[in-house]
Amino acid sequence: MEWFNDFWSTYSTLVFSVGVHALLALSIWLTLSCGLLSLANAAFMGIGAYVSALLTLQLGWSFPAVLLAGGLAPALVALIIGAPVLRLSGVYLAMATLAFGEVVRITVLNLEITGGPEGLNGIPLLTEGWHIALILALTLYGLARLRRSKVGRAFEAIKEDEVAARLMGIDVDRYKLLAFVLGAVIAGVAGALNAHFTFFISPREYGFENAVDIITMAVLGGTANLIGPVLGASIITLLPELLRSLHDFRSFVNGAVLVLVVLFLPKGIWDPRRFRGWLQRVKGGRA
Amino acid sequence: MSDPTLLSIRNVGKHFGGLHVLQDVSFEVPAGSIYGLIGPNGAGKTTVFNLVTGLLEPSNGTIEFMGNSLVGLPPQRITHRGIARTFQNIRIFKEMSLLENVMVGMHDHLNYSPAAIFFNTGACRSAEKRARERAFELLSWVGLEHKSDMLADNLSYGDQRKLEFARALATEPKLLLLDEPVAGMNPSEKTILMEEIRNIRDRGYGVFMIEHDMRFVMGLCDRIAVLNFGRIIAEGTPDEVRNNPDVIEAYLGKEDEA
Repeated sequence: MEWFNDFWSTYSTLVFSVGVHALLALSIWLTLSCGLLSLANAAFMGIGAYVSALLTLQLGWSFPAVLLAGGLAPALVALIIGAPVLRLSGVYLAMATLAFGEVVRITVLNLEITGGPEGLNGIPLLTEGWHIALILALTLYGLARLRRSKVGRAFEAIKEDEVAARLMGIDVDRYKLLAFVLGAVIAGVAGALNAHFTFFISPREYGFENAVDIITMAVLGGTANLIGPVLGASIITLLPELLRSLHDFRSFVNGAVLVLVVLFLPKGIWDPRRFRGWLQRVKGGRA
Repeated sequence: MSDPTLLSIRNVGKHFGGLHVLQDVSFEVPAGSIYGLIGPNGAGKTTVFNLVTGLLEPSNGTIEFMGNSLVGLPPQRITHRGIARTFQNIRIFKEMSLLENVMVGMHDHLNYSPAAIFFNTGACRSAEKRARERAFELLSWVGLEHKSDMLADNLSYGDQRKLEFARALATEPKLLLLDEPVAGMNPSEKTILMEEIRNIRDRGYGVFMIEHDMRFVMGLCDRIAVLNFGRIIAEGTPDEVRNNPDVIEAYLGKEDEA
């Protein structure tokens, strides 16, 4: 067990990060599955992180209550901004949600209670490995159930053809709002978990770059099913660590890997249809 | 039946700015019959469908379905009332399987709660199972049951039309709107579809179709309305319409012009 303790003391933060990033990638997977290209999830994560950290620091709430609040606060915000913003589609929605993210970042930067640019320090380390594992498992299970229900089919139908979806009796506006809000809940909980193992949070962690990172994880892994985002999140988190020996070339190789994947695997790394194609070719080759 | 009228369109006009697409259009689609809407290209036929299904709102006039006004209702509410349609330029969900396509049509009739979805309760499982069976049944109705797991994108043009047809029936409509249902089909497929549409009528549904194929329309419809430049120029049984001089003129031009 000694090797495990050594490993854990060195890499536990990294393992935690993989879990949190997987949650974030799943949150964007959910909104993408309804055809919504949203860049708001980093901001939702930030809202969850700040609300939960402040509740812990100032009011001393219990950790489960803090996590719940970390999920509900961004959901409330998503509910309010969703009605006007979700009238937009495609890149216009991306632009509006990007602007929303900046509003959140600048607000946090200038408020006193959030510690401004210095952020919040000394957040108790309440997150444990099994918290992340449990929440990730519940999220995966919930999303898997959702996919196979009328809700998942409605999301997919909306993504493919909104007009046809409406004529199938689907209330498109309500389902879009549902996807947006549920995505905010998952991102918010991820933010709350993250805040309670990094000790310190600042507005810098929830800006545009992070919004793009979150989308990159989902798209790199593949959005066909739930395996893709988790895989993408793991790769994006672990790759810089695995390339540590390359020193100065690290970010170069990191970027090159992403470019190659996007060029040659446009549907992401985990693409069941491509796998099926390979399988058929192998079978065909034998016959 | 006390009120045999299913759909009643009265004095409906639609204009986009100064462009009058429809003017003073009135006709009634009776229950249990096949009603045809024909007319030259650009006459405004698809606009009529878009008004009935709520994708557009009429500029004036009334549209009633079983005695209740449809004007101002969003499309999903109109589907809920019992009107389904297919599209001229097929709009199936290409990245979904055939079975899933049809199951999307049953959206309104699956009434399990979010909690039932998460906990996978017996009620949710049995509702999904029934929906799958019903979807399979509808697919076999149009002869696609052996392709139920295929992606819709991989279907031939004619099969995509059939799938759209099955998906529309899945919403459990009382009135089925078909926008050029036989476009791109070969003669034997047309004959089969004709039989299927008659079947649907005989089960008590109303069918309201736009079609270019004259032989198909004349052989199938109980009544026909003819639209030309946004106005109804004739209405009646196929024989009445066929011999109407205005209709002949609209389709073939005036004799002295020839």
